[in-house]
Amino acid sequence: MRYHSPSTFEDAARIAAAAQGVTRFLAGGTDVLVQLRSGHVLPDDLIDLKKIPGTYDIAQTEDGGWRIGIAVPGAALGAHAGLCKDWPGVVEGMELVGSTQVQGRATLAGNLCNGSPAADSVPGLVAAGATVEITGPEGTRSLPVAEVPVGPGKTALTAGEVISAIVLPPRGDKAGDAYLRFIPRTEMDIAVVGAAVSLRLDGDTIAEARVALGAVAPTVLLVAEAAEAIVGTTLDDSAMDALAAAASAACNPIDDKRGTAAFRIEVAGVMAKRAARIAYDRAKGASA
Amino acid sequence: MSKIHVTTTVNGDEVEFLADPRETLLDCLRDKLGMTGSKEGCGTGDCGACSVTLDGTLVCSCLVLGVEADGKQVGTIEGVAEGGVLHPLQKKFIEHAALQCGFCTPGILVAAKALLEQNPNPTETEVRYWLAGNLCRCTGYDKIVRAVMDAAADLRGEAA
Repeated sequence: MRYHSPSTFEDAARIAAAAQGVTRFLAGGTDVLVQLRSGHVLPDDLIDLKKIPGTYDIAQTEDGGWRIGIAVPGAALGAHAGLCKDWPGVVEGMELVGSTQVQGRATLAGNLCNGSPAADSVPGLVAAGATVEITGPEGTRSLPVAEVPVGPGKTALTAGEVISAIVLPPRGDKAGDAYLRFIPRTEMDIAVVGAAVSLRLDGDTIAEARVALGAVAPTVLLVAEAAEAIVGTTLDDSAMDALAAAASAACNPIDDKRGTAAFRIEVAGVMAKRAARIAYDRAKGASA
Repeated sequence: MSKIHVTTTVNGDEVEFLADPRETLLDCLRDKLGMTGSKEGCGTGDCGACSVTLDGTLVCSCLVLGVEADGKQVGTIEGVAEGGVLHPLQKKFIEHAALQCGFCTPGILVAAKALLEQNPNPTETEVRYWLAGNLCRCTGYDKIVRAVMDAAADLRGEAA
């Protein structure tokens, strides 16, 4: 295994594009090193991105959004007051990943590129309308987070391409987001179902909403019908029932040791309702 | 396979070693530097027995490559006692008998010290969640949690 530590994303992309065998990018390493140690993925070229300037930075963008470096670990997201105020749902999703030790290393970009349908940080990013900046041999492009996963363990990134930043849009006023997952214990587990809701209010009425579900399909889902069920409402009981029905209808889950398909379909509706309530209360000024 | 020269700081002392890029920081600490206090339980980041701090952040050293430690500050269990004087956490672990086989203990001490440095007055719930990534198969955690709470009170200067 050759270890590379380039100082620019362009160099990282060049190394990856020229590599002949198995290539992995290294950020927090909490998936890559486990796969390496178990022998599942033995890279010929390992490209450590953490020597690239800016990869540990969380910076406000000119339009009021946020640009998050690819090496920023969960613990640093949780410690950033400005980001927690704007996007508490994104932060709480990432903070559910693993233990304190894993939080010291694991990153949003890694959780996304690992491609798990149950990745806890991804529904929050999708609901937020986050994008990733991708650097490749042909230059830089932007892609919505919702379009990055294309199947379990598979992403839309092509050979030589690497995520060079996560970009969150400006939060704006009277808006809130939330992420909830179901697990049969309180900590250190993988989501059976995850649900994220981001919304904006006009008075007491929901003016905009995005609803994303995790662990109920081969990829994280953005469910437009679930968002439509609550837009124009004050999240009354009938809107909540319509939201749950739309969320359940969008599920295409598997039966596995964590839960049956039927259970996941039902719980997806429940999680969507609870996340919507929290997002709504946050939009009205409740602190996270 | 060419080895990479790594210069890093462990418990305040500058050290150097040659690492195969596949070797973890845990391997390097134990096999190249002779610091065998950090243990390998699972090797996959689940058990916390290999806990160290990397530039002040608590991590599993089995999920860090040795080459990644270049230019960083590493803190291990060997740096917890100062000059042969046990840290209050270590004293309280003995007092409360918060260990049996002792294999998880170095990792728990490093993790608990990191907690108390950022939160000197944690609740029991905060201690339990912080240590959720440190598995102990002997004691059932109660004595560990009590020892951490008591050490925190001791460090705050309160009589327990």
